[in-house]
Amino acid sequence: MSRKPPVLPILFGVLAMVAVIVASFKFLSTFDDKMAFKSPVRTKASVEAPAETPRAQALRESAEATAAKELEKPYEEAEYRTVPRIGSRVAIWIVAQLHLLFAAFVLAVPIFALIIEFIGYRTKDERYDKLAYEFTKLLSASFAFTASLGAGLTFMLIILYPKFTNYLMSVFSPTFLPYVLLFFAEAGFLYSYYYGWGKFSPRVHLFLGLMLNVVGTALMFIANAWLTFMSTPAGIAESGAVISTWEAITNYTWMPINIHRIIANVAFGGSIAAAYAAFQFLQAKTDEERAHYDWMGYMGNFVAICGLLPLPFAGYWLASEIYAFSQTMGLTMMGGAFSWLFIIQAILIGNLFLFANWYLWLGMGRIKGAERYRSFIWPMLVVITICFAIWATPRSILSTTEEIQAMGGSSHPMLGYLGVMSAKNTAVNILILTTFLSFVLYRRSGKIPTVSWAKQANFVQFLIFAGAATTVIGYGIAGYFVDAKTRIGFSVPQVGSVLAALVLVTLIDVFLLRKAETAETNWGKIRPISQYLLIMLAVTFTWLMGLMGYVRAGLRQHWHVFGVIRDTSVDAYTPTLGFATQVVSFTVLVFFALIGFIFYLTGLTNRKKYQELKGTAPESSTAPDLSAAPGLSAAPGLSAGPGATAMSASGGLSTGASGYNTASNEPPSTLKT
Amino acid sequence: MNWWVLIAFVAVMLVLRWRRVGILTWVAAWWLGMFLVLNYVFVVPVPVSVIKIYMGIISLSLFAFVLTDSRRMSEFWQPIQAFVVEPRYRPLLVLVALAIPALVAFRIYADMTATPQAPFFARTVHPAPPDSITVHDSELALGTADNPYRELETSNPEEFKERLELGRAIYYENCFYCHGDLMAGAGMYAHALNPIPTNFQDPGTIAMLREAFLFWRISKGAPGMPEEGGPWQSAMPAWENFLTEEEMWNVILFLYDFTGHQPRAVEMH
Repeated sequence: MSRKPPVLPILFGVLAMVAVIVASFKFLSTFDDKMAFKSPVRTKASVEAPAETPRAQALRESAEATAAKELEKPYEEAEYRTVPRIGSRVAIWIVAQLHLLFAAFVLAVPIFALIIEFIGYRTKDERYDKLAYEFTKLLSASFAFTASLGAGLTFMLIILYPKFTNYLMSVFSPTFLPYVLLFFAEAGFLYSYYYGWGKFSPRVHLFLGLMLNVVGTALMFIANAWLTFMSTPAGIAESGAVISTWEAITNYTWMPINIHRIIANVAFGGSIAAAYAAFQFLQAKTDEERAHYDWMGYMGNFVAICGLLPLPFAGYWLASEIYAFSQTMGLTMMGGAFSWLFIIQAILIGNLFLFANWYLWLGMGRIKGAERYRSFIWPMLVVITICFAIWATPRSILSTTEEIQAMGGSSHPMLGYLGVMSAKNTAVNILILTTFLSFVLYRRSGKIPTVSWAKQANFVQFLIFAGAATTVIGYGIAGYFVDAKTRIGFSVPQVGSVLAALVLVTLIDVFLLRKAETAETNWGKIRPISQYLLIMLAVTFTWLMGLMGYVRAGLRQHWHVFGVIRDTSVDAYTPTLGFATQVVSFTVLVFFALIGFIFYLTGLTNRKKYQELKGTAPESSTAPDLSAAPGLSAAPGLSAGPGATAMSASGGLSTGASGYNTASNEPPSTLKT
Repeated sequence: MNWWVLIAFVAVMLVLRWRRVGILTWVAAWWLGMFLVLNYVFVVPVPVSVIKIYMGIISLSLFAFVLTDSRRMSEFWQPIQAFVVEPRYRPLLVLVALAIPALVAFRIYADMTATPQAPFFARTVHPAPPDSITVHDSELALGTADNPYRELETSNPEEFKERLELGRAIYYENCFYCHGDLMAGAGMYAHALNPIPTNFQDPGTIAMLREAFLFWRISKGAPGMPEEGGPWQSAMPAWENFLTEEEMWNVILFLYDFTGHQPRAVEMH
């Protein structure tokens, strides 16, 4: 039995509260009124006095004089403007880094999307086409973010560094119009590639993808000319006057940066796409979804590793060009203030190699027949650990005074030998070789060769690996006993033997595994920790890009254009390493918050329509069943309903009664490697 | 190296392997063993910063070793789970639960009562040189300059030998007191200096540098060193106050000849 609520006391309480509030306001306003200044009561004579007091007159005259002075003020071009609290440099730094990260992603995804689409077209395997589309879906929102950040960066440069920006524009004036036109072309190709999926003939679509890549790469090459000119200027007089724009473009580090960025973008893009797949895998509700995103993550990681393996060589070329341009800059980078950041870089790259291998080893768990390679894992882990430790060993060690005294200097008498170039080159080459071996074993896990010469081929592959490792270690040891020039030259046979091993072993594998018996791969049956590894790989790649980007730009120190245009702003100093890493970390966090939002937006295309969720969808609006491949059901152009034109497994055009995915004759959970 | 520590570590690991201990014990033994090896095998102690890097890498690798194999992982967690859950371990669990805050308290006490030390200093051994220097009124562009007498090595070996002899005389009259008669940084005054003078025999020193870099370091000494090189941590005099340019180039020729190293060449685009 419920009691009636006491209405009267409640009403009384409310009224009392209102009364208290009103009374409080009244009291406060009265108090305020009493305290306020009031003009004294004037006599009649004083009221008739002139309205303007001497003080007011003086104030008016002063204001008029100031206004007149303002009008006569000559025009002066501002050299710098500042951003409150954080300063101009940090503001530009964050925006430029974010723009670059998005741009790298937008340039990278079309490269491997096109390659995967092409593989699907050649092999007539529909899964690749679906995968390429899944990757491309990430582009649409990312492109808008890239453009917005690019516009923000441009405005900030003009506002914060007007004089210097004006100078850069004068040097590179012929490049800006082509850049804008290329940007329009990029937008056109990107959106026609994305929205035209399944709408054009496969060849036309592939051509669109190719043009998207060509235009994107051209855009990057132009932008690279601007930034590399700042570090290694060319084509100008000592005063900064332009002599040759072409020489300014093709400066010392332009081509090394172009190559380095193409490779790094692929590695970075692959890792971000893999992180997206991991993100979706961890949220997946069905085995089918898990299988699809597991495969997507694997492919993204494969792309990332393919980019990671040659990356140290490209980085080495870039560093040697910086050294060749300016010994001062080279020493600042590798031996001076910035060298400590390379220790962090070594740790991050070591992590990348370890995580990439770890992911492959975990992946072996879903392949039947992988057990025979399990015993290889721990020796590879030992090799990776040793190489990682050698690579992370500093030559000059961060030490206390007592430690320096004990060592007799900044380098350890024994471990110091691991800090020099011979040891580092050897370690990184062996790391690359081991990672490649992991990948070869992974590929072999699900396959049994049927050719008669399989044993001999295995032996030859073993010899190639052993030969490459011996060459690398042999030259590494010899490097301690020769002069610097010869030692630098040793890196060529070291790198050459590793690259040769990569190519030869892959070639043999291609023929060896042709018509091999293929075991079942249980896509989706992988431990969740593997997905966290994919996310960690993406975070590490991003952090590394931020850090190395800072090193490349920061090497200019107090110069806008090294040796030519001096930075005279309040920020003309090199920040402490700790501060720099904090800014990089903050930027990475912001990037992942934004890319997480893009993942969310892209994931929306997989969701059912609102009416369907509520069960109120009108019959006519129900899309055909396109759920065979998660992520494609609501794709633009693929849900036109029964009879829609779609790209078939044969790579051509076909009309199917139920849309895109009905041609799939095997569930994704049993995808073959 | 303290070989006995290394041998003891290997022996313990072999015994553990022979006894087929559980994965948790195996991993813990590796971790602890590597920590002891890094701390006690080297006669010259390894700086804490390097030990931290190495132990981080080792921890990560051991983690990967355990988590790569699901059987290994369950074998690793099983004793930990049993320790936390099973009643027979309860007294020990209580002890551990008490020991953790006690260790934290001890660490705080140790930190608070530690002898104050100078902070870590990231001294750069080969700091970046300026673009150019002025020695005895003549300017030298360090990026492109080379030893003016280096080409005599091939064009006029006799004169080159004479210059080596002149360099030898300069070295033994001025440099050897600190850098030593074998150029290993162990001269008679070396032990009074902190840090000790550079060891030219080490392939990580002059073998990695151009001759112009050495000329800069010799002529300007510690006072001309940039901040990152810790000018206050070097007793090297500015030899431009005592030697001529020619004498300094000659002694540089001798340094490379005596140690057998070759100077780094000027790299051209």
